[in-house]
Amino acid sequence: MHPFAYVSPKSIDEAVATLNKHGDRARPLAGGTDILVQARTGRFDLDAIVDVKTIPELVSIKHDSNGLEIGAAVPCYKLYENAEVSAEYPGIIDAASIIGGIQIQSRAGLGGNLCNASPSADGICPLIVHNATAVIAGPSGTREVAVEDFCTGPGRNVLEKGEFLVSLKLPKPPEGFGAAYVRFIPRNEMDIAVVGVAASVVLDSSGNSFQSGRIALAAVGPTPILATEAGRALEGKPVNEQTINAAAAAAKEAAKPIEDMRGTVEQRKHLIEVLTRRMLNKAVERARGAK
Amino acid sequence: MVATFEPKKNYKVIGTRPIRHDGLDKVTGRAVYGADVKLSGLIWGAVLRSPHAHARIKSIDTSAAEKMPGVFSVMTAKDLPLAESKEVDLGEGTANFKYASNNIMASDKVLYRGHAVAAVAATDRYVAEEAVKLIKVEYEPLSSAVTVEQALAPNAPIILEDLEGDDLGDEVKNTNMAKHIRHEFGDVEGGFSKASTVVEREFKLAMVHQGYIEPHTATATWDQEDRIKIWTSTQGSFSVRTQVAGILKMDASRIRVTPLEIGGGFGGKIPIYVDIVAAVLSKKARGRPVKIVMERKSVFEGSGPASGGTVKIKLGVDDSGKITAGQADIRYEAGAYPGAAIGPGAMCVFACYDFPNSRIDGYDVIVNKPKSAAYRAPGSPQVAFATESVVDEICELGGWDKLEFRQKNASHEGTRRGDGVLFPRIGMQEVLDAVKKTEHWNSKLEKDGPDGKKRGRGIASGYWMNVGLKSSVSLSVTTDGTVALVEGSTDIGGTRASIAMQAAEVLGIPAEDVRPVVVDTDSVGFTDITGGSRVTYATGYAAYNAANNLVDVLKNRAAILWDLDESDIQFEDGAFSSKSDPELRLTFKELAGKLNDTGGPATSTGTVDLESAGGAFATHVVDVEIDPETGKTDVIRYTAVQDAGTAIHPSYVEGQMQGGAVQGIGWALNEEYWMNKDGVMTNSSFLDYRMPTSLDLPMIDTIIVEVPNPLHPFGVRGVGEVPICPPIGAIANAIHNALDIRLYEAPMNAGRILKALGK
Amino acid sequence: MVQSAVEKVHVRTTINGEPMEFLVPPYMSLLDALREVVGLTGTKEGCLDGNCGACTVSVDGRIVDSCLVLGPEINGKNVETIEGMATADGLHPLQKAFLEEAALQCGICTPGFLIASKGLLDNEPDPSEDRIRHWLAGNLCRCTGYDKIVKAVRKAAVTK
Repeated sequence: MHPFAYVSPKSIDEAVATLNKHGDRARPLAGGTDILVQARTGRFDLDAIVDVKTIPELVSIKHDSNGLEIGAAVPCYKLYENAEVSAEYPGIIDAASIIGGIQIQSRAGLGGNLCNASPSADGICPLIVHNATAVIAGPSGTREVAVEDFCTGPGRNVLEKGEFLVSLKLPKPPEGFGAAYVRFIPRNEMDIAVVGVAASVVLDSSGNSFQSGRIALAAVGPTPILATEAGRALEGKPVNEQTINAAAAAAKEAAKPIEDMRGTVEQRKHLIEVLTRRMLNKAVERARGAK
Repeated sequence: MVATFEPKKNYKVIGTRPIRHDGLDKVTGRAVYGADVKLSGLIWGAVLRSPHAHARIKSIDTSAAEKMPGVFSVMTAKDLPLAESKEVDLGEGTANFKYASNNIMASDKVLYRGHAVAAVAATDRYVAEEAVKLIKVEYEPLSSAVTVEQALAPNAPIILEDLEGDDLGDEVKNTNMAKHIRHEFGDVEGGFSKASTVVEREFKLAMVHQGYIEPHTATATWDQEDRIKIWTSTQGSFSVRTQVAGILKMDASRIRVTPLEIGGGFGGKIPIYVDIVAAVLSKKARGRPVKIVMERKSVFEGSGPASGGTVKIKLGVDDSGKITAGQADIRYEAGAYPGAAIGPGAMCVFACYDFPNSRIDGYDVIVNKPKSAAYRAPGSPQVAFATESVVDEICELGGWDKLEFRQKNASHEGTRRGDGVLFPRIGMQEVLDAVKKTEHWNSKLEKDGPDGKKRGRGIASGYWMNVGLKSSVSLSVTTDGTVALVEGSTDIGGTRASIAMQAAEVLGIPAEDVRPVVVDTDSVGFTDITGGSRVTYATGYAAYNAANNLVDVLKNRAAILWDLDESDIQFEDGAFSSKSDPELRLTFKELAGKLNDTGGPATSTGTVDLESAGGAFATHVVDVEIDPETGKTDVIRYTAVQDAGTAIHPSYVEGQMQGGAVQGIGWALNEEYWMNKDGVMTNSSFLDYRMPTSLDLPMIDTIIVEVPNPLHPFGVRGVGEVPICPPIGAIANAIHNALDIRLYEAPMNAGRILKALGK
Repeated sequence: MVQSAVEKVHVRTTINGEPMEFLVPPYMSLLDALREVVGLTGTKEGCLDGNCGACTVSVDGRIVDSCLVLGPEINGKNVETIEGMATADGLHPLQKAFLEEAALQCGICTPGFLIASKGLLDNEPDPSEDRIRHWLAGNLCRCTGYDKIVKAVRKAAVTK
């Protein structure tokens, strides 16, 4: 491992200054569960690592009537151990509960999961279906990017020199909202998604038809995919098998997987259809239960 | 001559469950494992490994690494003597010094991805790892062959250019086939002609890894008197000494190997990888101790996994349900150098059943993968998968009950094993009888699970012959009545306890009063590896001998004490007494307190060199639940039944059965070396290699059957290996029972199940 | 850049209840800091990428893989390792249960399992078998098949 310095800034500005000085020779450290492995195995050489957990905004959760803001370095367990957040944002809780084992969940969070920009990330698709935006700080101030636009390729994202992720903002879910995430893995834990599907729905007041829906797919493209057509297939339609199957078929269409050691193209496309169906049913169940 | 024993009963120590002697150190973090050794002036080594599956090394430039601050020494294959081509038996598998040397450090060619090419010693591990990156190697990449089919294809690249293949005794050149063996008896074609049902199937298996949690590690010094000391994590300190001596062309007496606690081995820690590298780096660093810990990726890519390959089975059965003939074709990936477990595979493939006619061919095939090593019953799980799947299919074709068919054909005393050996008293039939009585086998399995899942039950058996070999034990009495037991068998799973208990049984003292220690190669007599399921059997036998010798020593002390003739002293129920005067009686402990009055220290030794061990059989029953939409299989119930001969410490016998079963479950469902088109393993981490976690398993129920082994004074049979043999076949049969699909390729992962279902 | 070009970091921490100060290279993992700098080798290395749990320690009451924490990150924190598990009163009930239930074979994963199990029982005194299996999924054991480990944790929960 290339030797690097350890920097622990106390403010966002201080972190931006350090990151800007080193360019791509420095990276922020949140949970460290991806970056320390990558540094050790020589994915990149760093001169400095910037521990952002010493910045108050990065480790706080703000939850009020307007929505939820999760600091980029908040570890998974702080989400699923928070009963209010768990009740209102079930999709991200599904993900936070399955990223790594308990040890990993003590450190890893959704912010790091997003920045790592793995196509198979468990955290990104649920953020997308919860309409999350990424709050980014940089040399020219802060900006916000929709999570579905954040990743630009495997391991690549929109962050520019000196920029880093500060927080994730999730709007307050509307009435009739339900969301869920599941992945397919060969084991029951400690695995990378062969595919993952997040779905969210908004049901009308009767609970019997879809107002809208969002479906996002993991590990079937170079980035997590927002399956726009699949979500549109739900709009205004009755909640029934036919509607859900149509959305699942559209999700399968949107999936553009490759074959690797985790699965084949056919297997992944098939699983997308199966899991989309299951997640839509679960999201509906949650939407109805939440009423 | 082989001594045989009548089964005994009424043991006082054997069969109890004392706390293991090394337990306290292991639950408090005090136990010193391979990587924990601290020595004055210690520096760290790191190894540079090949990125190619097959390439010629054109040049190696180490100058930049040598100049880096903090670097003490650098080595390449040039620093190793040209080892001679000589086969040595390591107890479970063999080593050829020339190939072993090339495997430790590549010279002219790299033969697999992860093959070591150079190494560096530096102030710490981080500096050593940075220094390794400065070594420049120029390669000429060559085309590679990573499967049996590729390696035996007519246009295959020749991996070992100097290999002289042995095709049933005929020498073959320009080949990747290192060896072809055949065992045949009876009239095979005649046997098949008597059969009314014949099934022939071909099975494929991927290479798999033992997956021990502790990476390979070694620390070594090579001093100015050319003496080498090695502290290492190994299954056999003496086999390390043999390998180091052979490869470095040194006298074994110049080498001392200290076995530290070992974090799992399962056969994979018999060969050496970094011990010699550390020693040579030490020599070049003027004797500073050098420690090397392999990282996990290198363990996968550069240590010795279990062979993948193909197994073809043909089985014939007559109208009455009796097997009439069997034929097997076993082709295993040796890895980069010869030595796949085709011999053991041939011994095991038909061993569970009585075959009147049998022909077995085995092929040892060189491929561009790491040199295979032993893995728990090496060569047997693969053939058990094949045979037990075909038996299952035949039972369905013939309409026979799957357990009764097995009982009807089960091997027994006098059955001829595939390689011609006649079985002594064995426990296969008793194991099947025990299965028949289990609640599991007799329970009804609801075929429909929750959420559309389907359930199925499978059964399969397996065999491992076990080995005996050499062991040494020495005992010395402490005057408080306890006994120190010195042995050379590294303890991987509680063997200190099982050996101490055998000595305690003889001496009539509690297990806790024997203090077992595992020592270095200069401190105990020669002892073969911890492998072949031999330690409780053979080292336990040596402890039995040593304890009996100690009894003789103490009888003499009693005779001195009482001024009687030694022939008048008897030892019964833990006490020495006079046959002529019943008033004269001293317990072991009382007599120990009087040693100083009767001649001083009392010590003894015991050794064995055992030709055979008496085989072990196991039958497993498994229930699976499968999601037909995703292909995901969950094991929901598991029962392992096994003949242990006599269970010395039943908890650790159960532990072996459970651990072996779970490794087999991993092999069956998910584990594999996933090779890309360039011959590179792409899943070389615990994340993607996918060994079972606690959440992937149910409790593993065990039933220990005890058919005492007539070759051992307490009836012990080795128990460690056979439990990995049945699971792959049992799960294949359970999947078939659940979904009516039969898979002929392991791992039987979700993707393969979906494909078989046409999804 | 050579290692010496990076300044060591001064770390003030509490390990097993004992206040400690040491210098650590900034890139060094907590695992190596414990083993090589502090001298506590009870915490084991298995994979260095957070997939085996052999290096599990507790930091401020949460279990983590110490291979994925940097040494400097424990500044001001409270670290518990296997060496601190037995107290003046003797072995922890989990340590006793692991011995009595034969829940270890080679023992390399045992420190990690014990620290992880303690993390569970400290917060949930009576976990079900399924909960134990779920909690311990980040710890690999290759010897036991987990059966006796799960039973030992249950036993410790009951007797605690």
